[in-house]
Amino acid sequence: MVLRIFFPQCCNQADSGLLVGHWMPGHDSAVVLAVIHYPFIPGQVKQYLQQMRSQSGVELSVLGSWSIPKEGQEHMESFLRDLSTIFPQDCWLQLSRTIGKMGFNCHVIYQDLNGSTTSCKAAKKNGKIKGCDRESGEDNEEELGDEEKMILIHYEQRKVMQSQLHPIEVPDTDPPSELREVFQTVARSRPLFFLDRYDDGPLKSTHWQSQGREASIIVELLKQASVPLCLLISWLLSKWTRICNFSLFNLYPLRFLSSKLSTCDQWSYRTEHMRTLSSVKPAAGHTPFMRKANILVSLLVDVALGVLLMSWLYRDNRISIIANALLPAADHVAKELEELLQWLMGAPAGLKMNRALDQVLGRFFLYHIHLWISYIHLMSPFIETILWYGGLSACLGITFALSLLSDMVALLTFHIYCFYVYGARLYCLKIYGLSSLWRLFRGKKWNVLRQRVDSCSYDLDQLFIGTLLFTILLFLLPTTALYYLVFTLLRLVVVMFQGVLHLSVDIINSFPLFAVGLRVCQPYQLAEGVKFRVLCEEPGTALHLLMEINPLKCSAVVQRYRVPTYSCYPKDSWAALVKKLFVGELIYPWRHKTTKSD
Amino acid sequence: MEDESFTDISGKPVSLDCRNHSNFCREFTVSSAKISIGKVLAYTCCVWLLAYAVFWVTENTAVLSSAILITLVGMTLHIHFVKVDHESLLVIGSLGIQVSSSYASGRETTTFIEMNKIKDIVINEAIYMQQIIYYLCVLLKDPSDPEGASSVVPLFQSSKPRLDCLVKVYKSCQEILSKC
Repeated sequence: MVLRIFFPQCCNQADSGLLVGHWMPGHDSAVVLAVIHYPFIPGQVKQYLQQMRSQSGVELSVLGSWSIPKEGQEHMESFLRDLSTIFPQDCWLQLSRTIGKMGFNCHVIYQDLNGSTTSCKAAKKNGKIKGCDRESGEDNEEELGDEEKMILIHYEQRKVMQSQLHPIEVPDTDPPSELREVFQTVARSRPLFFLDRYDDGPLKSTHWQSQGREASIIVELLKQASVPLCLLISWLLSKWTRICNFSLFNLYPLRFLSSKLSTCDQWSYRTEHMRTLSSVKPAAGHTPFMRKANILVSLLVDVALGVLLMSWLYRDNRISIIANALLPAADHVAKELEELLQWLMGAPAGLKMNRALDQVLGRFFLYHIHLWISYIHLMSPFIETILWYGGLSACLGITFALSLLSDMVALLTFHIYCFYVYGARLYCLKIYGLSSLWRLFRGKKWNVLRQRVDSCSYDLDQLFIGTLLFTILLFLLPTTALYYLVFTLLRLVVVMFQGVLHLSVDIINSFPLFAVGLRVCQPYQLAEGVKFRVLCEEPGTALHLLMEINPLKCSAVVQRYRVPTYSCYPKDSWAALVKKLFVGELIYPWRHKTTKSD
Repeated sequence: MEDESFTDISGKPVSLDCRNHSNFCREFTVSSAKISIGKVLAYTCCVWLLAYAVFWVTENTAVLSSAILITLVGMTLHIHFVKVDHESLLVIGSLGIQVSSSYASGRETTTFIEMNKIKDIVINEAIYMQQIIYYLCVLLKDPSDPEGASSVVPLFQSSKPRLDCLVKVYKSCQEILSKC
């Protein structure tokens, strides 16, 4: 049996007194939480501990005595032994320091139920008193065996109290962890640390003390002030939800439109966040608190970036510059597209296409471009106003501005989407026709009922017609494939751009800024575990270890505290995407609205 | 405190340092060989000669400056993330086992395993490239199955000392584990 004593570093230099702490049930270990100094009245100490026990829910008790050498306090041995009878305990610790030594001397007195007291030397004491019987002490140790051992583990009370061990939820099947219990005990005995050094009460004690009372008053005031704000926001939110639930807004075209626009997505997402933030109830537990804090910080950063963007946008008449630049750009794109189509209608890269089909397709697309340009020109007087009002959305946050930009890009490049869909449909049709005719060519057919390819005997006419069609389709395929290839590339450029926008919006929405900031500024608050360092190497003292907190890795912090959001990562793998492109299935911007579970 | 030299699986010298902090707390440190200056020179020369050859063809000075940058960044990354200077194992009876490895740049990664999670420390065999090597590992308890082990934490992963060194560490670890 090795006795482990967790001792706070702030009590290293404390005046002599009583050790107050908690015996861990099930483990042979004790956590020292505070030292109550002499002189005291035992009744008051007992009353104080009783009060603290009810406040904190920790089984606090007097663990033993603590003595630090001073003039005029030489012969305390008998006094310390008498103390143990005042505060009856199964196990009575006597920690003391000697001048010129780093390590502590430890004594453990076991009191049996029948009242007889057995004392055993925990550490090899080497003070003057026991110096003579060093040899016999060592012999004794061999006889007493396991009971001799003791580890003193120094911990920093503030860090241990404020840190949160990860993983937070532990499955019940795991064996109870001693360190986790130590952390919990220190965190729960917070009421014990409210006794101030300058309080004029009957008891004086040493433990960790908050240095920032004034700041905590400000925090309390802020908390009080935030309540009406939260109430106001939640009232506004309830009104907004009622407006949204009007049946007019749930009609088919509006609902369909809002499901396609990323601004609407961002809006609903933000509403949900505000609902989380504006609940008046304080967050219960670590995870909801971190979630709230992360949401709040990313909201603030988002709005700050948005305001910065706005201040840049509305200065020097930049809106009109952008609007004026947009129209020539659209014209230029249209002109380039027209040239491209003209090139495709000739002999692109020396390829000989099917002339008739080539001309038909080319004219069809040219007509579309013409339509598109007239649409843009019709819009041109309003573009500046649209931009001006759209830019206002940046005051809600840069995510709104980015979502709006993404929607605008989607609307402005609608012609490219149309070209892509036409090309893809044609190509897809040809590929399907070719594949089924190829089966006919081989004397097989697709059995729909059994979902497999069966052999089939065709008539001669069927085979003839099929082969003929197959040949026609095969020779027309390159022309269609060329148009498909060009417009798919154009579409991919737009999709990439939108994907980048969505990705940045998602990063701003979900990045746990508060947790990362906590990890950088106060790494001990998010603990992955602990690490130990052997402290003093003096022979003849108990083993002294320093318990330090092992902070969580940054990647783990991001992964753990990421605010759940719709993921905008590619739904398909790259191989699936390439396959889709090859077969001619439509691809959409890479987002799907499934909330990512944390 | 004693310092002994052994070899690792590829024959390079490693040294084992045993420290007795107390009769139930021991620290084992395996230090691997330092980076040899010849190797660094060889790599640097390779990169720079290559860059010079490219420069000869393209006559673009950006190639040379990027070669210098690549060498510097590569060396920094190597000493910060790859090159392990020493690995240590701190066995504290009845408290747990602490495994830490410190990199050549001074970065340290530490994990502490509590005693109630540890089932045993064993020497295991593994197939590594084309040979079979021995390694020391901590078996973790499986909470659902008291007989089985849920996972294995390999020790001295980067220095990979030979069996004679492992046996020495194993014996003194078992001595402490059996006491507590």
